[in-house]
Amino acid sequence: MQLKDIYDVVVIGSGPGGLASAIQAKKEGAESVLVIERDKEPGGILNQCIHNGFGVEIFKEDMPGPKYAEMFIKEAESLGVEFMLDSMVLEITPQKKVYVTSKWYGFNEIQARAVVFAMGARERTRAQIRTPGFRPSGVYTAGTAQRLVNIEGFMPGNRFVILGSGDIGMIMARRLTLEGAKVERVLEIMPFLTGLTRNYVQCLQDFNIPLQLKHTVKRILGKNRVEAVEIVEVDENFKPVKGSEEIITADTLLLSVGLVPEIELARSVGVAIDPTILGPYVDEEMQTSIPGIFAAGNVVHIFDLVDWVTEAGFIAGKGASRYALKEKTEKVLIPIKSGNNIHHVVPQFIKKDALEKAPIKLMMRVSKPIEEKVWIELRNENNLIFRKLERYVRPGEMVVLTIPQKTYDEVFKSNTLYVSVEKFGG
Amino acid sequence: MEKKNFTCLGCPVGCSLTVFIEEKEVIKVEGNQCNIGVEFAKEEVKEPKRKVTTSVRIKNAEYPLLPVYTDKPFPKDRIFELIKLLRSVEVEAPVKVDDIIIENVLNTQVNIRASRTFVRKNG
Ligand SMILES: Cc1cc2nc3c(=O)[nH]c(=O)nc-3n(C[C@H](O)[C@H](O)[C@H](O)COP(=O)(O)OP(=O)(O)OC[C@H]3O[C@@H](n4cnc5c(N)ncnc54)[C@H](O)[C@@H]3O)c2cc1C
Ligand code: SF4
Repeated sequence: MQLKDIYDVVVIGSGPGGLASAIQAKKEGAESVLVIERDKEPGGILNQCIHNGFGVEIFKEDMPGPKYAEMFIKEAESLGVEFMLDSMVLEITPQKKVYVTSKWYGFNEIQARAVVFAMGARERTRAQIRTPGFRPSGVYTAGTAQRLVNIEGFMPGNRFVILGSGDIGMIMARRLTLEGAKVERVLEIMPFLTGLTRNYVQCLQDFNIPLQLKHTVKRILGKNRVEAVEIVEVDENFKPVKGSEEIITADTLLLSVGLVPEIELARSVGVAIDPTILGPYVDEEMQTSIPGIFAAGNVVHIFDLVDWVTEAGFIAGKGASRYALKEKTEKVLIPIKSGNNIHHVVPQFIKKDALEKAPIKLMMRVSKPIEEKVWIELRNENNLIFRKLERYVRPGEMVVLTIPQKTYDEVFKSNTLYVSVEKFGG
Repeated sequence: MEKKNFTCLGCPVGCSLTVFIEEKEVIKVEGNQCNIGVEFAKEEVKEPKRKVTTSVRIKNAEYPLLPVYTDKPFPKDRIFELIKLLRSVEVEAPVKVDDIIIENVLNTQVNIRASRTFVRKNG
């Protein structure tokens, strides 16, 4: 491949978010689209997610991660998207110059008309949860273990304790059990499950792996290699309950304590970051605070379904293409604020006239679970604009509210919009 | 009449199903958002099945493992038997996504298929 000096759209990262952006940018008319990926193959984290559960929303078919990725890689290639693999973006400027170092092309400076950030997320590590003890070998993040077991082909241990009940933790509990290891316990500090209920059933219950809520790791024992893990119950304020300690013999501790958007590049170019989720603020086209720089996928906030990452990627790709081809749009933004029991909402802004073209999908997470019917409401200063019934809300499951186009007038005259969870019947 | 609660595993939505059973027959299902939930409940009462994903060894490919999946749900109580069998399997690149690696595995009418493509690597 001959690199061009200037591209309409440069996408950084080739996970589902990046692939979808690149595909849509092409379909919307961008002539040259380049995807830059530091790994040796495209697909992002999907290559190591060999379990099924991907694609149900988009393809109505339940498929494993690598197959889902391959469908999009093929489509991108057939549309003429260019791929630059084994290549890492080091920096970008607000003028959208992209500095990239590559195994095949050396150091390059590429000018983009529009950029899409699709760098995904990284896992929190031990340093971020501050567990005391020595630093023995045998402590991994769940994602690292997933790569070792599913791609590289070796087992990081025999007896495991897993900290965190998110999907990656539970899926690894099942995977390790199938591979012949013993998973002693999955611990969760919160009083509720943080992953999907279906994964609790098919990954833990099916294999009799105990889950302990309101529990965490107090201490790691062992000097050279993990020998045991001391666990403890916590109260409502996450303080250890005295006398509840238990020592579990194990040689490996997997940490699955959450993902954080990979935003170093975004931060250094100066895009505004939402402090509650550590991803960039975006509008309904997934455009960040710097014109022409868009964001897609886990770099914005942590999604639980890859299908939704893909859909958000389509939106970002469309926006990027439109920007590159210099279409004009209205610039007045309305902020969307989190109300009652909403932890965060994406996008955080919409353009005043956004509903003119299409309905807008708001994606949000709640702070606390409610196991009964609730309304998800969108209001402005004065009125209820739209609401939708949910049968329950759980922090582990993203809530989507699609604002219909018929609310255009009410939205247009709002200065601020609020989303909240409200009592049913209220 | 017996009442049981399941989580539907048909898709990531994971509906909470309330299943009414009479003489081992499902007579009513509540809480499902689509028909797959009803089928799931019937099977869960009769013979629980799960989709299984794992890997087999592969030669002459970029990585040593080929991820594979069952193309239909597989009897839950025979999963370890299946895994044991697959541990002894080795294939050779090239392999295309969805290629059948084992047909009608353990006489269950379920096929084991590749979940990705591997080109042949020289050497
Ligand atoms: C370890 C792990 C396991 C997961 N498991 C599951 C799961 O089992 N099921 C599920 O539904 N979801 C899972 N997720 C969530 C999953 O990340 C998302 O659903 C989805 O894959 C996110 O897509 P993405 O495109 O945003 O990011 P990713 O798929 O993470 O892709 C980001 C890509 O950007 C590349 N990149 C980053 N920085 C640079 C740079 N500077 N230069 C060049 N390239 C760069 C990375 O190499 C990577 O390929 C997991 C996430 C992680 C981190
Ligand atoms: S009933 Fe339908 S929507 Fe609900 S979990 Fe099952 S397959 Fe999904």
